[in-house]
This record gives sequence, C-alpha cells and structure tokens, in this order.
Amino acid sequence: MTYLFAFLVGGAICAIGQLILDFTNLTPGHMLVLLTVAGAIAAGFDLYKPLLEFAGAGALTPVSGFGASIARGALAEAKRMGILGLFTGVFEYTGMGIAVAVFFGALVALIANPKA
Amino acid sequence: MASQKAKKQVSSLPHMTQAAQEEKRRQLAYKELVQKKKPRPRYLRNVLVAFVVGGAIAVLGQLVLRFFMSRGLDLDAASAPTLAVMILVGVIATGLGIYDELGELAGAGAAVPITGFANTIVAAAMDYKREGWVLGMGAKMFLIAGPVIVYGTLAGVVVAFIKFMTSP
Repeated sequence: MTYLFAFLVGGAICAIGQLILDFTNLTPGHMLVLLTVAGAIAAGFDLYKPLLEFAGAGALTPVSGFGASIARGALAEAKRMGILGLFTGVFEYTGMGIAVAVFFGALVALIANPKA
Repeated sequence: MASQKAKKQVSSLPHMTQAAQEEKRRQLAYKELVQKKKPRPRYLRNVLVAFVVGGAIAVLGQLVLRFFMSRGLDLDAASAPTLAVMILVGVIATGLGIYDELGELAGAGAAVPITGFANTIVAAAMDYKREGWVLGMGAKMFLIAGPVIVYGTLAGVVVAFIKFMTSP
C-alpha cells in the first residue's frame, strides 16, 4: 500500500514543481530551491515525519525531502549533543548522497561526454 | 475585435498627438497578436507527465527504502542510504544519456526527484570539463545543485535551531 502512497505523494510534489514552472517566471533552479526550503520548513512544523511514515520514498526522494532531511538531521544531532549538533547534523542523512554524487559524478565525467 | 480593444486603451490617452496615438494603437494590436500566436505551454499534459514520472521514480525509491528497512534499519537510518542509491541511479542514468531525454519528456517530474539533483551535478561536470578539470569541472559541478545545498542548509539550520530552543 505504501507503494501507492509513494507514487501519489511523489507524483504530487513533482506536479507542484511543474505548475510552478508553467505558471510563474521562476527558473528550474529557483523552483528547486523553493521546494527544498519548503521541505525544511515543513519538517520544522513536524509535518514531514508523518508524511514520510505515510508515503515513504514519495516524501523522501523529491528535493523537498532533501530539505526536510537536512532539518531533521540537524535537529536530531542538536538533541543528542547540544547546539553544535546543528552543524554536525546538517549532512547526517544527506551527506552520503552528496558524497556519492561528487565521487561518481566526477568518475562519469571522466569517461563520458555530453551529447552534442 | 483585437484592434477595438487596442483603440479603447489608446483613447484613454488624450494628451497624445494623433500620430502618437496611431503608433501606440499599432503597438498594442501587435502585442495582442503576439500573445495570441505565442505557443502556450500544454499545462495539463505537462502536469500529468510530471506526476506520473515523478511518482514512478518515488516507487523506485520506495523499493530501495524497503530493501534497507528489511535489513533492520529504521526509517531514519534507512533515509541516508536510500538517498545515496537514488543519487547513484541518477548519476548512471545521466552518464548513459537517458536522464536528459527523461528531463525533456517530464520536466519537473525528472527535475524534482533526487535523481534530478544528481543529474544536474553530473551534467555540469561533463559540460564544464572542457574548461579544465579544476576550474571547470571542479568549480562548476554544483552550478545548479549548489543553491539547493546552500538554501537547504540555511533553512535547515534555522528551522532546527528554532525547534531546538522551543522544544522542552
């Protein structure tokens, strides 16, 4: 059942992104930043964790989930080790993905060329 | 019909000379013509394709999340490796040239999922390597993904700080 909810929620967040692109003058870069910040704020209002439990990767994999993961990581570490945890926790959930993107991204750029 | 609307708008500018009014009228009529002929984005098609493709990528992510949770990780602990695997999928799909085609087809459906985040990094790395490995690829890899990390971190730290100070 979670698969259905993942599809619906993940799809809905992407649909919101598409509506922003089509009905405003924002560039894709602006739209992605907007969704990321919205996700972080939603996490602050305790909205993201329930959505995550309800829709799993449907909430986690859109870029809003990335923002929420940054906020959740910072808060979890702050609770564990005090105020410094705000900064050590920022990449708690997202750091692995960023490292993978840098490492394998550079590797792919070494061997592959962009299409003409 | 089109010029009538233009005429109405122009007649509210009595201070203009006849020639200036005529010129203004022509400009307005032309603007209307441009508005009418300009291809409109196919809103419904765009939003449906974004929904389906974004949803499908989320289902793929759910498969990965389930896999890590079946290995005994809880939802929080499984988040990091799930994001990492989806990013790896995006990196490979970009290297194979698949993701760019998906992006053309699905717009935000391909850009919003974390695989699209990976796509922007790899695409920039491939594009800018011709400007050199250090100042090209190294510096410009995060051309589009950078703002997401910067503003995600700003918002995340502020949100977490407020929550931390206000929660008991």
